[in-house]
Amino acid sequence: MKKILILGAGTGGTIMANKLRKALDREEWDITIVDKHKTHYYQPGFLFIPFGIYNKQDVIKPKANFIPSGVNMIYSDIDKIIHEENKVLLEGGKVLNYDFLIVATGTRIDPEETPGLKGELWRKEIFDFYTVEGAVALQEFFETWQGGRLVMNIAELPFKCPVAPLEFVFLADEYFTKVGIRDKVDITYVTPLPGAFTKPIATKMLGELLKEKNIKVIPEFYLESVDNKEKKIKSYDGQEIPFDVLTIVPVNKGDDMVERSGMGDDLNFIPTDKYTLKSEKYENIFVLGDASNIPTSKAGSVVHFAAEVLFDNLLCAIKGRELRATFDGHANCYIETGFGKGSLIDFNYETEPLPGTYPLPGVGPFGLLQNTKMNHYGKVIFRWIYWHMLLKGKELPIENHMSMAGKKKS
Amino acid sequence: MAQKTIAGVNLEVTDEGFLVDSSQWTEEIAKELAKEEGIELTDKHFAVLNFIRENADAGLTIRKVGKSGIVDIKGFYELFPGGPLKLSSKIAGIAKPTSCV
Ligand SMILES: Cc1cc2nc3c(=O)[nH]c(=O)nc-3n(C[C@H](O)[C@H](O)[C@H](O)COP(=O)(O)OP(=O)(O)OC[C@H]3O[C@@H](n4cnc5c(N)ncnc54)[C@H](O)[C@@H]3O)c2cc1C
Repeated sequence: MKKILILGAGTGGTIMANKLRKALDREEWDITIVDKHKTHYYQPGFLFIPFGIYNKQDVIKPKANFIPSGVNMIYSDIDKIIHEENKVLLEGGKVLNYDFLIVATGTRIDPEETPGLKGELWRKEIFDFYTVEGAVALQEFFETWQGGRLVMNIAELPFKCPVAPLEFVFLADEYFTKVGIRDKVDITYVTPLPGAFTKPIATKMLGELLKEKNIKVIPEFYLESVDNKEKKIKSYDGQEIPFDVLTIVPVNKGDDMVERSGMGDDLNFIPTDKYTLKSEKYENIFVLGDASNIPTSKAGSVVHFAAEVLFDNLLCAIKGRELRATFDGHANCYIETGFGKGSLIDFNYETEPLPGTYPLPGVGPFGLLQNTKMNHYGKVIFRWIYWHMLLKGKELPIENHMSMAGKKKS
Repeated sequence: MAQKTIAGVNLEVTDEGFLVDSSQWTEEIAKELAKEEGIELTDKHFAVLNFIRENADAGLTIRKVGKSGIVDIKGFYELFPGGPLKLSSKIAGIAKPTSCV
């Protein structure tokens, strides 16, 4: 029996388990997947929890529901990969062998990287919304907050779902307007980037929207530390910004397992060929999703598109053939902009987000870089698609590679 | 794109003043470029610039320079005030760093 081992049963690992089990002969290929958690989190839903739009129950389901029969699911912490011996060690000493390995252990926040961040105000007046615990604590805080300075800060690049903090401030604007205290809430968006987003055309569109909603942007702020006593964030070049409540995307890192295996860069992301999705160093190791260092967004939509390419290439590798499929870095992100509207960006390694319609040229129904009700429905429907189609590796009615059809080059 | 004469050499630069061909870079050019930014280069600056040139292909971040053993992040800001990665890349004659999405 030959063995495929998948590390991480999040978005990417679960998709691969489903695709591979369907494609590979059960007599010939043993497929095993490992994760430390029994619960699957719908992470895009975390964004809505602080504003009471979703609750915890809306974003969790048992992982087992999504793992097909014929795949061995092991719940355990992964200790490390011993790539020289094609082995993985689990916590407690259990050893798993593999012929091919897929690493899909994602990225997580590491507040310990910033001095003072996990101080006395953590989850009292300083919150993250990248974990379910953080999002729930923030919901409780907002419920009775009287207003003041709300600072949204991004600690380091890259971070997963680069539009999430923007969506957060848009939704905060709506939320505080509806509870009637928007005039008492000062919202500031503090980012290490030179503007609201990374690419020029989207930055302009989103920058204007922020202005319209009276949200201040402080760019090129690189966080050094958090002062709990004076309630200030401080940058390396001496800027200080006071807050009453700080919401933060802490430093994002690959899992420590990657570091223990000696396979990561300085933030534990695994060097990966951005076209084939094979590890740069090891012939029989592929990397899917947020765990890799490929230069595109760390997002579920990217994982979904990349999974198609990885699947094709793994089948080639199994047969000893050259890897045929290439990933273009395709990302497709709905951006909640508040008050029942949304925007949408679609881009890849080469093409920045452009205005237009998606997926059908001239028809849509979604508007690229436009602020529409339909785009908001796209985001709402995404949760259903995620649970019922995406995780199970079903075909979605959209192109895997980014298409220029429907996009306007200014 | 534009042509520019720096330290007596005719060079092609981008609209933002980054060298197009990094192999044309010399220490003299670096000194001139630094002067335009109001920076007087020291040995410490050059140690950082060399690190930047050596690691240009692998992708650079402020954090990575801070772990280089040459300067910590604070020191990096002190050497190249404002936007240290952008400034040092420009003076090191490599392409403008792209921040990942
Ligand atoms: C607030 C927020 C909003 C978002 N919004 C969107 C959105 O609108 N659209 C979009 O496309 N994406 C969005 N995303 C991003 C998306 O959720 C992720 O990019 C995607 O889930 C990544 O999939 P993955 O398989 O790479 O990693 P994950 O799904 O994170 O899975 C990694 C798995 O590995 C396991 N693991 C890690 N280390 C170990 C170990 N040592 N031992 C055992 N198990 C381990 C973890 O338990 C986890 O289950 C959002 C994310 C957040 C946080």
